[in-house]
Amino acid sequence: MAASPMKIRANNKDGVTEVKVLMSHEMETGQRKDSAGAIVPAWFITELSASNNGKVVLSSDFGPSVSKNPYLQFKFKGGAKGDKVTVTWKDNRGESRTDEATVA
Amino acid sequence: MNNQRRNVLKTGSGAALMTVLAAAGIIKPGMALADWNKAAFDAKSMADTLKALGATAPADSKDVQVAGPDIAENGAVVPVGVSTSLPNVTMVAILIEKNPNALAASFMLPEGTEPNVNTRVKMGQTSNVYALVKSDGKFFMATKEIKVTLGGCGG
Repeated sequence: MAASPMKIRANNKDGVTEVKVLMSHEMETGQRKDSAGAIVPAWFITELSASNNGKVVLSSDFGPSVSKNPYLQFKFKGGAKGDKVTVTWKDNRGESRTDEATVA
Repeated sequence: MNNQRRNVLKTGSGAALMTVLAAAGIIKPGMALADWNKAAFDAKSMADTLKALGATAPADSKDVQVAGPDIAENGAVVPVGVSTSLPNVTMVAILIEKNPNALAASFMLPEGTEPNVNTRVKMGQTSNVYALVKSDGKFFMATKEIKVTLGGCGG
C-alpha cells in the first residue's frame, strides 16, 4: 500500500525555522490482537530524517509507541524563506516516503 | 510527447520513485538514516533502555522540561514534548516507564537544531514519562506523571 503524503509546514521566524510534520501511518505495535485472537503484526515507522536544502537538521528513531499518524514538531536555527525542507521516513517493512515543503 | 517522462510518472510510486529520485541525485542513498537502535527499542524496563542508549545513571535536571497533559483522556494520542535550556544537546529521547517497551522515540540533533521537540505517543496506562537529554556528552533526565483514563494499546 502506498502511503499517503506527509503534511509538512515550515515557517521561519526571527532566524529560527519551525517544522511541523504530520505523517500518515498505521503505527501498529505488534501487541494488539484481532477478533480471531491472532496478533496483528507490528508495522511502524522506525526512522525519520529531515533536512533543509540538503543539510540534515534532525534524524530520529521511532518505536511502535509513537501514535498512529505521527506528529512531529521541531525547530532549527537558520533556514530562509524559499528553502526546501525534506522529510523522509522508513518503516519496519522497508517502505519509505519522502516529501518536501518550502519554508514560508 | 516526452515518452521517458511519461514512464517516470507511470512508475513513479514507492521504490521506483525512490530509485528515480536517487538517480536524479535528489536523494543520496543511505542519506542520514542512522541505524535503528533495536536493543534500545526492544528493552522492556527503564534501566535496560537507558543502558542500551548508553545513558548510565543520568542526573535529574531542572533544566529539562517534559511537556504534556496531567491527564490524558485518550492514551492512544498523548502529546508529549521535551525541551531544555542545557547547551550542546545532541540527543533527546522520550521514555514511558510502564509501556511494554519504555522507549518511544529518540532524536539526534545536529548543531543548530534546538532541543525542543514535540510529538504524540501511545500510553497503555498511567505512567511516568521521562525526557532524556544528552548535553555536552552527559545525560540528564526529567519526569512527569501523565494519568491515562483510557489505555492506548488496544487492550
